[in-house]
Amino acid sequence: MASRFDIRRQTGFTTIAMICFFALYLPIITLVVYAFNAGNSIAIWEGVSLRWFYQAWNNSQVVDASIRSLQIASVAATIATIVATMAALATTRTKPYPGLGFKYAFINQPLMVPEIVTAVALLIFFSRIKIWTGYSGLGYLMAAHTAFCIPFAYLPIRARLESMDLSLETAAADLYATPWKAFRRVTFPLLWPGILAGLMLAFVISLDDVVITEFVKSGGQDTLPTYMLGQFRRFITPEINAISTVFLLISILIVTVFFFISRKKDQE
Amino acid sequence: MARELRSESHSDVCLPSHAPCADNRVGTGSALKSGRKNGVIVPEQPGKSAIEVRGVRKVFGTGDAQVAALDTVSVSIRENEFFTLLGPSGCGKTTLLRLIAGFDFPSAGEILLHGQDIAPLPPFKRPVNTVFQNYALFPHMTVAENIGFGLEMLGKPKAEVKGRVAEMLKLVKMEALSNRRTSQISGGQQQRVALARALAPQPKVLLLDEPLSALDFKLRKEMQIELKRLQHETGITFIFVTHDQEEALTMSDRIAVMSSGKILQVGTPWDIYDKPAERFVADFIGETNFLTAAITGMGNGKARATLKSGATIDATVAEGFQPKDNATVVVRPEHAKLTSGKGDLSGTVENIVYFGTDTHIHVRLDSSEAFTVRQQNTRSAGCGFERGDKVGILIGNDAAQVLRD
Repeated sequence: MASRFDIRRQTGFTTIAMICFFALYLPIITLVVYAFNAGNSIAIWEGVSLRWFYQAWNNSQVVDASIRSLQIASVAATIATIVATMAALATTRTKPYPGLGFKYAFINQPLMVPEIVTAVALLIFFSRIKIWTGYSGLGYLMAAHTAFCIPFAYLPIRARLESMDLSLETAAADLYATPWKAFRRVTFPLLWPGILAGLMLAFVISLDDVVITEFVKSGGQDTLPTYMLGQFRRFITPEINAISTVFLLISILIVTVFFFISRKKDQE
Repeated sequence: MARELRSESHSDVCLPSHAPCADNRVGTGSALKSGRKNGVIVPEQPGKSAIEVRGVRKVFGTGDAQVAALDTVSVSIRENEFFTLLGPSGCGKTTLLRLIAGFDFPSAGEILLHGQDIAPLPPFKRPVNTVFQNYALFPHMTVAENIGFGLEMLGKPKAEVKGRVAEMLKLVKMEALSNRRTSQISGGQQQRVALARALAPQPKVLLLDEPLSALDFKLRKEMQIELKRLQHETGITFIFVTHDQEEALTMSDRIAVMSSGKILQVGTPWDIYDKPAERFVADFIGETNFLTAAITGMGNGKARATLKSGATIDATVAEGFQPKDNATVVVRPEHAKLTSGKGDLSGTVENIVYFGTDTHIHVRLDSSEAFTVRQQNTRSAGCGFERGDKVGILIGNDAAQVLRD
């Protein structure tokens, strides 16, 4: 079978693969390269320098926005993952019943409703609450991020739960483990890679968000992406490239860490 | 085979001489002693029931899609017994096991464990442990941690858990691999760990759900002997579920044959094999010949059955059955004999199949029914018959049984 139909031997395979590869990575490579540009342009190369990294590091607006992004992402991803874990347990550890499909849709609603609609809705909703309560802190952004992070955390956790051998939990119950002990000693340790995947995905999604953040944030609440968007409206220097490069590095780091953790878990 | 087993089943360890029995007494005493010491194993009281299933029904689904997986089943399983639930897939044997374990709850009826109704209890409150078909070992724990899990959940002190785990490792000969992950050991070893894990908390009853079906032939034979040894050494009641009739015959003290959610017959392997009560039982276990006969009289607990050939033979009758007029009579192939002269039946040899230990001779009777005779082979001579031979069939004095249906 494999010898008769090997996709790598089809005509044009290499060409298409190269086009895809370049389309995906060329822009990113360009961005990273120009982060090291010594000049003021993001298009004209003037030699190697780390000046834009220094400049970004010393730009208090960038640092503040980064800290804000991390605060929001940490809180939102954590809460979203806890809620998603509970939701995943409730939707998989039950006999299928009418309405279960509706519940999946309900949980995954943020994936289906256009983000701009949610953003406008939240803007109106939160402005009301702001008037009533007088509170205008980061809580709104954290709540909004939590809401749209839930499905991203939910999906890998549910996938892990569904692939898990149900008889393990039955065996734990058979061996005198109460439901809580069975969860703590058997379900949770086995579910952990899924929970971690959900957490990381939620974290990255929150870190990345522009649309909802742009609508919900109050003055002086720029996150890193909205700050960068603001910069584009003025003048662009390779500082943006430097910030993006660091951003990229952090994402790669998170994914790599997760990859090794999950691989270790699978080997066990 | 069946007859041999019966005579052995209550004697010492039931092991053929070629079995690896040299070291099988290691761990024997300790397992038994500690069991008694902790007072978990109730002293043997032959005949007293460990599990009593009373009128249990289990219905799955609702409305028109309702299926009765168990249709008002009652059975009593004695203490210290190796009891087998035997039947084809879908007969309800696994459902019954799950009800005893507590993974499902009966729609009606009671399940008594030493006289106490356990049917409403969740599985973690029942002193009953299970060996799962896929073993269900915890992949994130070592062999030793798996075995100790039940005791740990019972809140036993660490030292006791450790001692008991060591004892169990010894019992199933897995001491050397105690720190391995369960993914790093073979299927047969996983099976042993699953057994040790279920036996460690000293359950009153051990449930085994087709535990040998995933093993290859040779390993399965070894584990059959191993299981029998463990049951003997621990003195725990085993309830074993299988669809393999040979496994059931060789291992069990008693067998319940199930079909379509009902228990058709309960008895020793010998009873089940030689005195099947119904057609399904006779057909499911071993090979058999079915003959229609007219019942012409009763005497000494036996029926006089007149076969289509005109010959009349004595036949035992299924328990509690009063045969009238026409009935089905079964004769096992090894309880009939071929002769070139005149027999109780006559026919023509259709086919001869050589099996090494014996030869199966398929005969088409003059009444057009099929009949198979099994003949022991010898080295010096062939079976003595050829295809197309006109033959007679002699049915022994104690070879026939009248079925209930």
